[in-house]
Amino acid sequence: MGIRFILMVNKQGQTRLAQYYEYLTLEERRALEAEIVRKCLARNEQQCSFVEHRNYKIIYRRYASLFFLVGVDNEENELAILEFIHLLVETMDRHFGNVCELDIMFHLEKAHFMLEEMVMNGCIVETSKSNILAPIQLMDKTY
Amino acid sequence: MAGFSVMDTLFQRTLEDLIKGLRLQLIGESAFLSKALDEIRREAKSTDPDTKANALHKLTYLSSLHFYDMSFAAFHVVELLSSTRFSHKKIAYHAASHSFDESTPVLVLITNQLRKDLSSTNELEVSLALECLSRIATVDLARDLTPEIFTLLSSSKVFVRKKAIGVLLRVFDKYPDAVRVCFKRLVENLESSDSQVVSVAVGVFCELALREPRSYLPLAPEFYKILVDSKNNWVLIKVLKIFAKLAPLEPRLANKVVEPICEHIRRTGAKSLLFECIRTVVSSLSDYEHAVKLAVVKIREMLVDDDPNLKYLGLQALSIVAPNHLWAVLENKEVVIKSLSDVDPNIKLESLRLVMAMVSESNVAEICRVLVNYALKSDPEFCNLILGSILSTCCRNVYEIIIDFDWYVSLLGEMSRMPHCQKGEEIEKQLIDIGMRVKDVRPELVRVSRNLLIDPALLGNPFLHRILSAAAWLSGEYVEFSLNPFELMEALLQPRTNLLPPLLKAIYIQSAFKVLIFSLNSYLLQRGSPASFSYSDKLLPDVPGLVSKRDIPECSDLASCDAPVLGKQDEGFNPRVLNQSFGDPSVEYGGEETSTCGQSSASASLKDSFTHESIINLLNRVELAVVPLTGSYDVEIVERARNVLCFIELIKPQMPDCLVQKEEGSDREEAEASKIIKLMHDAFSNDLGPISVSAQERVSVPDGLVLEENLEDLETICGDVQLPSLNSFSLGSSYFEETACVSIPIFQSREERGPSNESTSLLAEHRKQHGLYYLPSEKKDGDYPAANDLQLQANHNDDDDEDLAKITEQLLVPKKKPNHAKPRPVVVKLDGDQAPIAAGPHPKEDLLSGTVRDVLLGSETAPTTRSPTNRKGKEKLNVDSATDSKENLGDGEKREQGNSSSRKSKHRNSTVSHSKGRRHRIPGKKGDEREEHGQKAKQKSSGRHKARQRAEVPLNVVSQTPVIPDFLL
Repeated sequence: MGIRFILMVNKQGQTRLAQYYEYLTLEERRALEAEIVRKCLARNEQQCSFVEHRNYKIIYRRYASLFFLVGVDNEENELAILEFIHLLVETMDRHFGNVCELDIMFHLEKAHFMLEEMVMNGCIVETSKSNILAPIQLMDKTY
Repeated sequence: MAGFSVMDTLFQRTLEDLIKGLRLQLIGESAFLSKALDEIRREAKSTDPDTKANALHKLTYLSSLHFYDMSFAAFHVVELLSSTRFSHKKIAYHAASHSFDESTPVLVLITNQLRKDLSSTNELEVSLALECLSRIATVDLARDLTPEIFTLLSSSKVFVRKKAIGVLLRVFDKYPDAVRVCFKRLVENLESSDSQVVSVAVGVFCELALREPRSYLPLAPEFYKILVDSKNNWVLIKVLKIFAKLAPLEPRLANKVVEPICEHIRRTGAKSLLFECIRTVVSSLSDYEHAVKLAVVKIREMLVDDDPNLKYLGLQALSIVAPNHLWAVLENKEVVIKSLSDVDPNIKLESLRLVMAMVSESNVAEICRVLVNYALKSDPEFCNLILGSILSTCCRNVYEIIIDFDWYVSLLGEMSRMPHCQKGEEIEKQLIDIGMRVKDVRPELVRVSRNLLIDPALLGNPFLHRILSAAAWLSGEYVEFSLNPFELMEALLQPRTNLLPPLLKAIYIQSAFKVLIFSLNSYLLQRGSPASFSYSDKLLPDVPGLVSKRDIPECSDLASCDAPVLGKQDEGFNPRVLNQSFGDPSVEYGGEETSTCGQSSASASLKDSFTHESIINLLNRVELAVVPLTGSYDVEIVERARNVLCFIELIKPQMPDCLVQKEEGSDREEAEASKIIKLMHDAFSNDLGPISVSAQERVSVPDGLVLEENLEDLETICGDVQLPSLNSFSLGSSYFEETACVSIPIFQSREERGPSNESTSLLAEHRKQHGLYYLPSEKKDGDYPAANDLQLQANHNDDDDEDLAKITEQLLVPKKKPNHAKPRPVVVKLDGDQAPIAAGPHPKEDLLSGTVRDVLLGSETAPTTRSPTNRKGKEKLNVDSATDSKENLGDGEKREQGNSSSRKSKHRNSTVSHSKGRRHRIPGKKGDEREEHGQKAKQKSSGRHKARQRAEVPLNVVSQTPVIPDFLL
């Protein structure tokens, strides 16, 4: 199913956003996040952004204090996912203006909406920033 | 609700307050959160929708980031879903998609609400409902809402339509019958003029095609158009993924797409697209040499890039290419080998895999040398990964790639001494396995074993214990190749063997026993005692391997020239030899002279060493070492120690007589002693071979043995005996080894055990039982240097880089196949060695295609294709074959045209859910499919199939579900 989950985790290892595209129980999520965070945060700049974990491939990228981690299955294109992460960050940046960790904390719902516009059933469905943001702007205006 | 006032609502904490509070809290996070949760529980029950929404908002947040269970609020979520306010709905849908799963009971309550929202005029509401459905749709929801989704698939609002397409993946998954309804519109969307819609549709097809590609072959023309025309890299990547799956199924298609893909490789600036093209070429188009060459050039660019990501992916691409085009890997050898010392463990691992892919008969030695040197420098984890992959590669298919077993055995010895080695079990297994399978390598095995055994430091490393036990077993079993049995005995009885766990210690004792018997026997042969004449006659037929004079000079020497030589030897012992082996009670084992000197001189010294005094010393030494062991708490040890002691007691009284040389009276007793010795020696000299996995099946059940008899009576006798588990049948215990291996000469094996006469199976179980209860007592002491002291490491490190460079260089020089100095020795293979072929190569079909096939084709076995796909594709292809690019698939289909048009008219006649219409349709579809695959053989037979299928159709009609409207017709 392509993307299995998307996590945003800060430097301290606290999860700031978690979106799963397959059902896992809370316990499974907790364990998975802990393992992945431990694995990925320990890596340094000179190492590549791909980590294999269980049957997932984790593709991660760090922006300032925030790590973006995407778990995909084996068929997915790693570089495309890196571009996807970048697109997500750019989109949030356009919406929030100089996005930072606090924006995501206090506007988690909006971050989720952006993700929902971009990904459905684990497939990337929208890659245009203005298309992603259009419904959110509409919501902001109307409700 | 009582207790809930306006004030509560007014002062309710919002999510923002909660987050702020959480950041500033002083009472500890969990205390704060549990307080907040209590609040939320109360608020969720409120009748005021605002309060409820707010509570659920907070709850979802806590659940998703702090893992708080929110199943208690499921019903409140359902309540809130029906709110008319969008802001409430938004929260409710989010909460639902986060927390609901298949087993959520209230899920059945939301069907109507979803239906209502899906038909809403507010596109944001529709979008919410679709998003939610894509996450939580169950079989029921998918079934009940398929008509709504079908309608949305042709919505005029792109925003809605693309989400409706996206949700199909989940709907098809849960309710495959939806395919019949929605597939046509899905394909129409693939041809839409709107790029957003196309992009989503391609995404859906990509996922579908990954699961079961064959069904989507007929859509190849559409995908091809996208591949050529699209400018969107995201879409191109998806289409490439589809072609990667389709191309292997249809050679003409592969032929068609290979050029456009190469064009993308040359042109694109996007690394992601480039990588996808490369991956497609190397995985699915590897027959097209020029494409592969182009891809390999690009891979090389990735490999030398500074970006570790590209490097990693380049290595990965190489490992895909490796099986078919090894040259690509060999071309990039230096980069690959250099990556073994990369800073990134993931890159190291990839390059290790690649290096292992390069291994062949001709370079296995060089590659292993390089790898071992890297292992010495690496951290423990990677070191063991390297060792593990060397071991598994070399033993593949019964040591297929090993020609020089002497080298391999000494490599195993070297690996055992590596500082971080934790592969004891695997090395143990291979040592013994090789010992049993490859006769010619036994002398070298014994030499390697001896080097391991005489090093007292190794006993301090628990990871090596298994290897040591293998070494002990080998040197006992093949003691005839030993250059110095006395030294071996010292090694086996050294005090530090107390560090071994009892089971392994028992192996040491048993091996010492074998060495003792061998020494006594050799001594008797030297003396030319009455028993000795039969040595060569008796022993050699039993052990055919020993006949080979080239390999075992000392043995045949002994046999052939014992009489003349020993007359002289009898006169007295040679003090020089005695000094060498027993001069000092704490023998210095540092010297390698025994093992390094030539075979002939060694055999001479061996003969020299079997003097009377040395034998007496040996007996005393063994007795001294073994007596304390009879007080051990482990039965395994006690029993073996007793065996040895009994034997010594039996022999010893008769030995001193020999001191008085050539006395007539002693001859008889001596003969008595030698008889016993010879008997024991014969028992041990029977060769053990490897056992086939299926060996037991081949043992015929004796007449009168009732295997199914109820053995309840036994319960009372050995109720607490646990049956040996599967892995207890390891080569670790020489005891089990013997009983298990000697399956045919039962009497032999009984003799082997000497005094113990108990029933084999009971004894085995009894021992097993005690083996389980006695935990190995390992205690460490620091009196010896650590097993693999740093000196060794330091030495290596000094020359490491130089060596590595040199060896790497050698490795890089393209090598002609070396003519091996000696031919590959015989490796015993058994029919059980072949890896069991997985039963039936059929990949497991996913539910989707399976169910579709059932519904559409009846229960008959047929190629797994989805009829609507084919139908649709077929129509397309018929149209296309007139146009430009479709010749490749055309010819299979052209023949079809008449056929399909006649069928179409049939379909037109048949009403939607009329069973008669079905009856006609089913065989028709069947025929379609077979022909569409363009497989001539199948085409030929399709007529026959049709006839048969028609006959079977009436049966299927009953199982059809006539409710679903078939919009495809």
